[in-house]
Amino acid sequence: MRELVIVSGKGGTGKTSLTASFAVLAERPVIADCDVDAADLHLVLNPTVRQRELFRAGRVALIAPELCAGCGLCLERCRFDAVRRDHQGPGAPRFSIDANACEGCGVCVRFCPTHAINFPERVSGEWFVSDTRCGPMVHARLGIAAENSGKLVSLVRRQAREIAEREGQKLILVDGPPGIGCPVIASLTGASAVLVVTEPTLSGEHDLKRVLALARHFAVPAAVCVNKWDLNPEMASRIEEGASALGAWTAARVRYDRGVTAAQIQAKAIVETDAPSGNDIRSLWNDLSTFLGGTNGST
Amino acid sequence: MKIVVTAQEETLGAPVDERFGRAAKFLVYDTKTKVSEAVDNTLSQEAAQGAGIQAAEIVSRLGGECLLTGHCGPKAFRALTAAGIRVYNGASGTVGEAITAFQAGKLALASEADVEGHW
Amino acid sequence: MTVAIASGKGGTGKTTVAINLALSLPGPIQLLDCDVEEPNCAIFLKPVMGPAQSIGIPVPQVDESRCSACGECGTFCRYHAIVSFTTIPLVFPELCHGCGGCTLVCPTGAIREEIRSIGTIEEGATGSIAFLQGRLNVGEAMSVPLIRALKSKARREGVVILDCPPGTSCPVISAMRGSDFVVLVTEPTPFGLNDLRLAVEVVRSLGLPFGVVINRADVGDLGVRRYCDDQGIPILMELPDDRRIAEAYSRGLPAAEVIPGVRALFEALGARIAEAAKSRVFAAHSAGSRLDA
Repeated sequence: MRELVIVSGKGGTGKTSLTASFAVLAERPVIADCDVDAADLHLVLNPTVRQRELFRAGRVALIAPELCAGCGLCLERCRFDAVRRDHQGPGAPRFSIDANACEGCGVCVRFCPTHAINFPERVSGEWFVSDTRCGPMVHARLGIAAENSGKLVSLVRRQAREIAEREGQKLILVDGPPGIGCPVIASLTGASAVLVVTEPTLSGEHDLKRVLALARHFAVPAAVCVNKWDLNPEMASRIEEGASALGAWTAARVRYDRGVTAAQIQAKAIVETDAPSGNDIRSLWNDLSTFLGGTNGST
Repeated sequence: MKIVVTAQEETLGAPVDERFGRAAKFLVYDTKTKVSEAVDNTLSQEAAQGAGIQAAEIVSRLGGECLLTGHCGPKAFRALTAAGIRVYNGASGTVGEAITAFQAGKLALASEADVEGHW
Repeated sequence: MTVAIASGKGGTGKTTVAINLALSLPGPIQLLDCDVEEPNCAIFLKPVMGPAQSIGIPVPQVDESRCSACGECGTFCRYHAIVSFTTIPLVFPELCHGCGGCTLVCPTGAIREEIRSIGTIEEGATGSIAFLQGRLNVGEAMSVPLIRALKSKARREGVVILDCPPGTSCPVISAMRGSDFVVLVTEPTPFGLNDLRLAVEVVRSLGLPFGVVINRADVGDLGVRRYCDDQGIPILMELPDDRRIAEAYSRGLPAAEVIPGVRALFEALGARIAEAAKSRVFAAHSAGSRLDA
């Protein structure tokens, strides 16, 4: 079984659009949308939800106002700027917790002299197992301001693996998140290979280097694709050379194409339309199939 | 001595769970009494992070001296080692088969983590 | 006044808006690059930078001679960053959030804190723009403490512009909190609309006034415009899908400096933001309770 993760470092380079096309070109892959913060793949793959579960991660502090004596010890101790002083005017002040900032450490809960603080589990989102025209899909929605620790990403990947094992599928395609933080780390570790999609800009080049460093740190073989390469061919070549020098494998480039947006509006993958970049994507997919074939299968 | 094996279900005939931190169950086998008992690992599975560490704590509290599992990440390995638990990777087949293989000296003692950690 | 430039979706043009706005407004301006995972503003502003300051989180260090192996620290920790089921507690610094709880619950005062570096903050200037950027160490999981440290250096007066990370989760909240106004940058496509809705939910939950900038406005469909109309969200500016703008961006050149007419667009944007922030009309759309800034 192989697991290919598609990331970008910089957002907006086209990784979700490409992942959708790969899902069409591959043979019944299991698809995992790990961009749990701002998932878009479902807009093209149109999943039918079969199973839906709540996702719980960590806890959040909650002050019972009738028990609050207004001593302010919680404000003093909180290191995350999550305690608000609400009460203006005469009488003892009241305090409350800003759930958006609370990291669920439990310090205020433990030290409140009047035991006024509850510490419930936090429902941080939902995850889904669905069917699509390309194959089974696992996806998720992280709640507003939820801590994006990577736990939900890991859960989505794990579910995708279980489905692949159960159904004897050979390929898991993971649409990864932007950046290089927790959720990206959680989407990369133990993958067979990572494809970094970039664009021919200085920002793209800068961010590519950071995400390649991350892939190297976690010993995941990396391939690079320059999307919209013809917007700046010199930069595209420079990026590819730089990526090679960093040990990444250069895969086929994809041209800039207004057909990409047109396909998105029709809720189709690019290769399901006659957009010219579709041919580039087919070449890219052939390259990746070879690249994946050469990597060690993940357990 | 108590041998702990990561398992997918609660019996000696259950398949080994290759993961440690987020394994479904632990089967504790006492070599003296030849009695086994199953313990749930939900606490670790629900941990937002550090599942392997939580699992190590469970194994330690169970009095496990040897752990048989598929793979073990760096944080889990460090916690297990600090607790004096010997780790054997590469366990496969059923729990009973893994214990037999271990007792026949077929499983190698791990000197470090064999996979990267993850959530 | 603090203006946060954010978006649900990555790559919509936050950095483009942040730097061009900074360059087009009358000074003095302070610009903070809060996208600590992939900070890009410096590529365009090319500031003269001072030395990098290391930023860290306090993590526990156990004095074994004082430890009674009671296990209180391990029981307290919600992150498995300190565990104590053997004689001496084991610390996993990369899991630690720096809450200080273990040091407080230890009955023998055996735990001190040391600083673990997670990234850097660099300060610099370009013309009359004071610039700060945070840069998370590669492989580091937590960005929120670095964003918090960066924001603590924001000025209390004058115009402060924050280039936020993409998305809607904790790093974005941390960057946006306490701002006077949020500009959500989007593109008129189905992905853009989907992520804009998420971003709007976040901004409303924070009770912050906001408006929308549509980038590459002439490509795509009418979904975003219809949504903004329905929701009464002001569209503050539309940038066309101009190849010259794309090329300038790809070369690291601010459009306001190399393409005629762009500076005027951003000056107008600045004026509209100031007006919208003053009227705070959009706070009326916020769902749930207002949080004080």
